[in-house]
Amino acid sequence: MTRGGWCCIRDGCTSMSRNGDEHAPLVDLGKERPQLPARARNMSPIVPRASISGRALVAVVAIMTFLASITTGTVLLVSASAAEWQSEVASEITIQVRPAAGRDLARDATAVTEAMRAQPGIVEVRPFSKDESAKLLEPWLGSGLSLDELPVPRVIVARVQPGTVLDLAKLRVRVTQVAPSASVDDHRAWIERMRSMTGATVFAGIGILALVIIATIISVSFATRGAMAANRPIVEVLHFVGAGDSYIANRFLRHFLRLGLEGGVIGGGIAMLGFGFSESIAGWFSGTPVGDQFAALLGTFSLRPSGYLVLAVQAVVIAAITAWASRRTLFATLDDID
Amino acid sequence: MVRFENVGLRYGLGPEILRDLSFLIPAHSFQFLTGPSGAGKTSLLRLLFLSLRPTRGLVNLFGHDISLLGKEQVADLRKRIGIVLQDFRLLDHMTTYENVALPFRVMGREESSYRREVIDLLKWVGLGERMDALPPILSGGEKQRAAIARAVISRPHLLLADEPTGSVDPTLGRRLLRLFIELNKSGTAVVIATHDITLMDQYDARRLVLHQGRLHIYE
Repeated sequence: MTRGGWCCIRDGCTSMSRNGDEHAPLVDLGKERPQLPARARNMSPIVPRASISGRALVAVVAIMTFLASITTGTVLLVSASAAEWQSEVASEITIQVRPAAGRDLARDATAVTEAMRAQPGIVEVRPFSKDESAKLLEPWLGSGLSLDELPVPRVIVARVQPGTVLDLAKLRVRVTQVAPSASVDDHRAWIERMRSMTGATVFAGIGILALVIIATIISVSFATRGAMAANRPIVEVLHFVGAGDSYIANRFLRHFLRLGLEGGVIGGGIAMLGFGFSESIAGWFSGTPVGDQFAALLGTFSLRPSGYLVLAVQAVVIAAITAWASRRTLFATLDDID
Repeated sequence: MVRFENVGLRYGLGPEILRDLSFLIPAHSFQFLTGPSGAGKTSLLRLLFLSLRPTRGLVNLFGHDISLLGKEQVADLRKRIGIVLQDFRLLDHMTTYENVALPFRVMGREESSYRREVIDLLKWVGLGERMDALPPILSGGEKQRAAIARAVISRPHLLLADEPTGSVDPTLGRRLLRLFIELNKSGTAVVIATHDITLMDQYDARRLVLHQGRLHIYE
């Protein structure tokens, strides 16, 4: 239906004047026409900000983001330290030459050293001397020990060229050919234990993150329902003037996305500051047993730049989850209201 | 434009409050909907506005069988309907100007494109000095005029008004009636639900009388 232009309906005038102009004025006030203000008059948001109890939600999202960031940061620290240990340990092979009846231990150790040096992929071979072996045993047996009286094996450490895959079975055969009492250890068992420990830490971290996200979704859904209940008259009026569900939901969604981002920035920011200062905090405890344990486990206790990026992305993801949970609840509630 | 065929309505498991309604509302038509209190005038207006679905019968609006419409399609159809309710339903946090301009805002139009139109209409309904006032400080009559202005501002194809002159003096009542008449002359079908015999006597129009849930039409 084509809508015609509007007629003059001043007092005493009821004549029609259709000109087909879609935007012609509804009423003509003639000389009564007021001066139009230059400023825009649509200043009020359709959904008033004060009608959504935002502070509690910002606090919840901030706490959740903080917990999620601490969890992720710790997982990243443990994973990085574990990867460092693994690469260090995996690049070494230890050969023990045990004393055996009828064999010369020193000669066997030299033969194994030579055999290892001839092996392709080995960049450095370091046999431990008698004194060095005694030093290794010092914490258990005390100082001033004469190794001649004990059947102490000799240790040879070989460093593998990074990126080289050694055929360990072949290497064992070669070593036992020159010294039948020698054993080769590539620390595989230790690495496997490290891997399981790191895996368990990551798994626990993912579990905590999942719980944090579920708690965030539940909190946001309750907050959204509360906001919708408080603003039900607005929703009804918007329906009256022909607004669709998407339009109405978007008016609310802006508020929740802003609240989510506020919470994310606060929680994520505090966590990032915490990690930023963690190096200094670790410095305060250095020299104490707790500090030394942490240093041994987590190295310098500082996140890499990529770690901070992960935390920032995580804060944005939590804000997006807040908006998504809110949108889901909004549409469900709009169905009820209609 | 609007066609009802054997329409019935009941709330929950209660008795049928509207029974076997069959009528047409042609385009460009003007009609008063009247009847005693509790006869179902507001329910019929809500059926026409698609905020209620009939429990039986067929309702066809702008060529659409409403039982087949989705939510977004209903919202689109509502953009072609203006409604004035008895309780006005103005948004308290928005000024009178913003309330009246709300349909344009929902349509996504630029404020500069409709500012003059909204201000002119507010002047016309006597709210030129109250444009920046918030509804809580408006009198009942001023709220009613603002609600009417909001309903007619987007020049709907169908205007539904529930007791639109109930809170205004006779002079302003006549002025508002003339606004509805001019709106009708420009192509809008108008349905005014009212008890006010004086108002109905001022304009010779079709009367739809609801009595005990049934509709009687006086052309």
